Amino acid sequence: MNKQAQAVILLLIGGAVLRASLSGQYLNYVKAGLQPYLIAAGAILVVAGAFTLWYELRGAKTARGGDNAHGHAHGDDDGHGHAHGGPKVAWLLLAPVLGLLLFAPPALGSYAAGRSGSAVTARSEYAPLPAGDPLSLTMLDYASRAVFDKGVSLGERRIQLTGFVMRGPQDQWLLARMMVSCCAADARPVKVALDGELPDGLQDQQWVRVTGRYSGREVTDNVNGEAIPFISVSDVTLIAVPQEQYES
Amino acid sequence: MTVTEEHVPPAEAEAPPRKRWRPGSVEVLAALLVLVVLLRGPITRSLATPALQTWLTVFVSVLTQAIPFLVFGVVLSAVIAVFIPPSFFAKALPSHPALAVPTASVAGVVLPGCECASVPVAGALVQRGVTPAAAFAFLLASPAVNPIVLISTAVAFPGQPQMVVGRAVASLVVACLMGWLWQAFGKGSWLRMPSRAHLDGMAKWPAFWASVRHDVLHAGGFLVIGAASAAVIAVVVPKTWLEHVASNPVLAIVVMGLLAVLLSICSEADAFVAASLTQFSLTARLAFLVVGPMIDLKLFAMQAGIFGRRFALRFAPATFVMAILVSAILGPVLL
Repeated sequence: MNKQAQAVILLLIGGAVLRASLSGQYLNYVKAGLQPYLIAAGAILVVAGAFTLWYELRGAKTARGGDNAHGHAHGDDDGHGHAHGGPKVAWLLLAPVLGLLLFAPPALGSYAAGRSGSAVTARSEYAPLPAGDPLSLTMLDYASRAVFDKGVSLGERRIQLTGFVMRGPQDQWLLARMMVSCCAADARPVKVALDGELPDGLQDQQWVRVTGRYSGREVTDNVNGEAIPFISVSDVTLIAVPQEQYES
Repeated sequence: MTVTEEHVPPAEAEAPPRKRWRPGSVEVLAALLVLVVLLRGPITRSLATPALQTWLTVFVSVLTQAIPFLVFGVVLSAVIAVFIPPSFFAKALPSHPALAVPTASVAGVVLPGCECASVPVAGALVQRGVTPAAAFAFLLASPAVNPIVLISTAVAFPGQPQMVVGRAVASLVVACLMGWLWQAFGKGSWLRMPSRAHLDGMAKWPAFWASVRHDVLHAGGFLVIGAASAAVIAVVVPKTWLEHVASNPVLAIVVMGLLAVLLSICSEADAFVAASLTQFSLTARLAFLVVGPMIDLKLFAMQAGIFGRRFALRFAPATFVMAILVSAILGPVLL
């Protein structure tokens, strides 16, 4: 790969990263907090590509003038054995560029959630719930209070949860949401089973907002043996896919 | 930016010194891009199954997450290679390698990031004349013992500060042991480092950008291989079989170590995954946290790229065995 092609690859990756981080597409892949770093990295890549092109074109001009500056273009190689142009392995960088720009895969959903066990973690103490009716909680907060606090701190309060629906261990409907701490490779689902009247024709992966109360029932996740608490729902609203699909 | 805008360069790409015209890499690149854009529909349809879709999402995610750290590491390594004189490291590190190794391990605290940044930086250190044993200790320690990773470990294991201590201590021990092991048995001929002779004759800034360009393309290309294989593992390995191995304490440690290698999760996030694998003992989860930042699929690919394949084939298995042994011994003591 010669330097001009290398410059184009750098511009492409930088551009793809910038586009993803400015458009919100990055939220399908990494946590929101990475945005400033993604923008900075994309900008540096674009600048590196621009300088490569600039030095290369300037170098080519002086080379024609009889200077030996063009020697760099060929002497660039470095004992790895890729004698002509840059590293061959750099071609592979086209794969993520195309992945980001052309195919833009969606955020992880029910398929990935079904393959991993519900990742509820215990907390050392459960503070009383803040005011609000219905009170909106994260899936993890609800599941953790339901499983490890046995619903004591939930009481009779009306709770609102947001997530997508999927089929559970005994074919009942579950509400699920993926939690991401860094990127989708570490995504873990939190699952809550739905009790009560659900809309007809519910489709896998449909996003919903449910309002309901803690019911005391539990079912076991057959992937990791973890408990999946129920919520007894009084209201289910179908909603559009939110921009930030992961809980962090 | 759209892809179509990028097709402009071919016009100016006729490299002057060629005698006979044959397609250069810019032409190949342009043709490839046009082809993929034209075939976008069929390719998208063939990727529509949930498993492939999940693979693509995980693949793109691992790379998106790694790129800021890679760029950060590459810029830092370019600064080391171009702006910091070798004499600085001669002064900063004890001259005796046996002492330089622990000093370099502890110095890993200052590189706040994950493992993608550490490989190019360690490469630049070796080129700047730092003794390889110390550079490798830094390479192994820095992704595990820096403040960001330790804080995220504390957050993932609330009320269990011994996990943070265990991770830091075990990682430093493994890094030092591997550094000394290299000092005792390592051969310089296993290393195939890029010679940066071409940077020497250049002015500072052109050399800086040349170093950034080379390292991004090189380490980045290998990162793609690592991310693709890690995404395969994420899709193929069913989490249910973990249940069966968790009950055997010895097997559990080895399996968690292997899982850390295969999953290739960023060291800033691996503690959260370890915390969610509740069926495993704390020692087994410690092995996961010690092995992951030191050796995994994407690190192996990047190490092979920066230091050469002969090096990576020896260094990676040794690191794995050392990390497992140290975790198995220190785990019961510290946790």
